[in-house]
Parts: sequence; C-alpha cells; structure tokens
Amino acid sequence: MVSLRVSTPHPVRTMLNLQGYGPSILEGTILSLEVSIASLGIAMLLGIIGALSKLSNSKPLRLVAQLYTTIIRGIPDLVLMLLVFFGGQVFINQIGPLVGYDEYIDINPFIAGVSTIGFIFGAYMTETFRGAILAVSKGQLEAGSAYGMSNFLVFRRITLPQMIRHALPAFGNNWLVLIKTTALVSIIGLDDMVRKAGLAAGATRKPFTFYLVVAINYLIITTVSIYLLKYLEKRYSVGVREASD
Amino acid sequence: MTDNTASISLINIHKKFGENEVLRGISLDAYKGDVISVLGPSGSGKSTLLRCINLLEIPDQGRLLVSGEEVKMKQNRSGINQPADSRQVEQIRTRLAMVFQQFNLWSHMTILENVIEAPVHVLKIPKKQAVENGHHYLEKVGIADKWDAYPAHLSGGQQQRAAIARALAVEPEVMLFDEPTSALDPELVGEVLQVMRTLAEEGRTMIVVTHEMGFAREVSSRVVFLDHGLIMEDGDPLHLFDNPQTERFKTFIQAMV
Repeated sequence: MVSLRVSTPHPVRTMLNLQGYGPSILEGTILSLEVSIASLGIAMLLGIIGALSKLSNSKPLRLVAQLYTTIIRGIPDLVLMLLVFFGGQVFINQIGPLVGYDEYIDINPFIAGVSTIGFIFGAYMTETFRGAILAVSKGQLEAGSAYGMSNFLVFRRITLPQMIRHALPAFGNNWLVLIKTTALVSIIGLDDMVRKAGLAAGATRKPFTFYLVVAINYLIITTVSIYLLKYLEKRYSVGVREASD
Repeated sequence: MTDNTASISLINIHKKFGENEVLRGISLDAYKGDVISVLGPSGSGKSTLLRCINLLEIPDQGRLLVSGEEVKMKQNRSGINQPADSRQVEQIRTRLAMVFQQFNLWSHMTILENVIEAPVHVLKIPKKQAVENGHHYLEKVGIADKWDAYPAHLSGGQQQRAAIARALAVEPEVMLFDEPTSALDPELVGEVLQVMRTLAEEGRTMIVVTHEMGFAREVSSRVVFLDHGLIMEDGDPLHLFDNPQTERFKTFIQAMV
C-alpha cells in the first residue's frame, strides 16, 4: 500500500497540474471578462434605445426596433458572429477603396466579437427594458408631467430608477447567458480562455484538465455575478413593501 | 395681473374620447381664493375637466387661460388639437399642482424626496431651501415625523396628505384635487378633508372634484354640477343645495345624502 501510493501520483493533483499553462489561461480569462463587460455596455445601450423605440409614437422607429429584435433573436449567435466577422471583412474591404483607402483592412477580432455579442444581447435587453418600462406605474409618470417635468426629466427621475428594479431579474439572466456566449469568440481567433485552454489541451494532450479549469472559471464568474445581482435587486427594491413584492 | 383676471379661465371646452363626447362645451372662470367643488355622477366628465386644466388631457376645442396667459394650441396633421409649445405647457403646469385620487407619490423616493422633487428639479430652488420648506409643508399636513419613510409604508390618508404637501411645495397659483378621498378607507377620509379645509381657510385657490357633499357644502365657496359633459348648476353651495335649479341636481343630491 505505501509503495503504491508513492509510485502512483494523486489523481486529482495530476488532473489539475496545468504544466505551466496557468498564466496563459488566466490571461484568457481576463480577456473573456473584458469581452463580456464591453459587450454588456453595447447591449445595454442598444437595449435602452431599442426599448424606447418600441414604445415611441413614431411608427418607423417601432418598425426598425421590431425588425432588429426579430432578426437577431431568430439567428443563432454562432452564425451571426461568423457573418459579422467574415462578412464584415469582405464588406469593409470593398468599401475601403471606394472612400480612398487602398490597404487591406483586417477586422480586429476583439471589436468584431464585442460588437456582435453586444448587438445580439441588445435585442434581448430591448425586450427586458421594454417590459420594465411598461411596469412603471402610469400614475407616477403622470404625476411627473403634472408637476412640470419634461419627458426627459420624467424618464431620468422616475422611469429609470424604477425600471431598474423591474429589469434586474431578466437583466441578470441575460448577463449570465452573455458571459457564456463569449466562449464563441474563440472561433474568430480571439485568445479568450476557451481558446487558450484549447491550445494548452492540444500541447499537453490533457483536454479534460484544461476544459475543466475553464468550466470552473466560468462558474466562478457567474456565481459572483449572481450574488452581485442579488445585492442590486435588494438595493433597488427600496421603498417597495416587502410583503407585496 | 390685476385682481379681476381669472386664475383659470376655460372657454367652451370640448373633449371626445373616440365617439364618446365627454365635455360638450364647458366655460368656467376660477378667481383667486375660490374653492370650487365640482360635483357630478360618474361619467359626467368632471375628472376630464380637471385634467384639461393642467393639460393631462388636451381639449379638442376651446381655450384655456391661466392667470390671463392663453395656452397656445395648434392642429396636427390629423386635425387634432395639440399644445403648440411644450415648454409653455411645462411652465404652466408648475403653477397648477395636482392631487390625484391614487396619490401617485413616487414610490422610489422618501416622502421628503417626493416633496422636494419638483421644487429642486423643475423650479431649480436650492436643495437646502427646498428641504427646509419641505419639512415645513409636511408639518402643515401633520406628517412631519414621516419625512424619511417611503410611500408604501404609510397609510392611505398619510400618503394623500404627503401628496398635498408635495402640491403645496411648488407654491401653486391653483390646486387641483381629483377625487382626493375616493381611494381612502372611510376612517381615513376625515384627516385628508381636515387638511383641505385648512387650506381653503387660508384663501388658497382650489378646484376640487369630489363626492364629499359635506365638503362641497361647508367648505367650498362655489359648487359646479356637471352632467353629460355640461355644467348644469353653478353657484353658492348654501343656496344651491337648498334650491336646486334642475331636476338632475335634485335627484343627485337626494341620492348622495
């Protein structure tokens, strides 16, 4: 027994031996986070524009927003990303010479990835924000107008702070899915943690080890997010009767 | 502004919702210090009339003047009346504070924040002064100790008194009350009416849509009875209640008492 334990390495320790690829995976993880946060920024911006368009009085605006959410939500994320990256490349290089730019332009995969994910999740955020805006009490908005507030002031002082509470649960859901969607950027050549793990797995022939590490990393990020969102939900529920909501 | 300029002047106001003509030509002048009770069966158009005064509803026809200043109207492409200048509307609304049936306090703000919101963000009064005034008005309506509570934590009567403090805080020329006690439990009606009575005694100009016959009779200086979008009676409450001129008003009083 004793000699056996010495001669066979501990299975878990072996599995988690990253053979020097730890820092590389960490870099990938940081990149994944950067992609997530940058995409979220774009998604929120598009989401609020989309939601306000859908609720606006202007028919063309409503139509454009409807088209946007319908198309984006109907096409797989992976296909959209490939379309933007490769299609965008062709498009830009055909436009380039027309405006007097002759060199070949490479689309930066970070920008392509972030804008695609932002664009996709902007459609989901549009629906989330639209529902949240509709959930704000009409009477309270009317009270804002009745006291001489402009539409913008009503939005900033009443709609926005109240819609955050209504939006947070679905927003959190979108955020978790968005984080996981960033794994797709590895296919357009971004060195995120999935791609770094793939490279390490190929070199060491230990795919399980490296993909397990990636899985754990994602789990850590999403778990921290969940707790953060819980905190935010509590903060934005201030003034709401505990029993009723 | 001379003393004989009406604070509110409505001239031949019409308003339709779809096919339903809710106001069929209403003319009404309210002078400084008037406390006008607007009575009428439900569907008579009294709330719509009140909401036309601060342009929460836009009259289809007719003219509206606030202290002699006429609200500029234009017609849009479909021929529907619209305010020509949204700035003017906002400016006029700051002079007319409304108290709603459902209170409509902003639920994410404390009571004091509710009261100082319009003074600080619309009237641009320095926050320190607005807070000072805010406490003063909360004291006036008898809920000084609730300043840092949220609306959801107050009773209906307290919420409505907070809403009255919010209205007072903009120091309006006219206060508009849209059935202020209709959403309250019976035992809470008295405290709100008491506050309104105090305001009336101070000489504030008030237009009150109400079902409270006691208030109309004892507190208001003038009673207007609306039916089917028209003013049927208009006069001194003591005289009117004892000598109704129309059969409609007579039946209405009998049904209410």
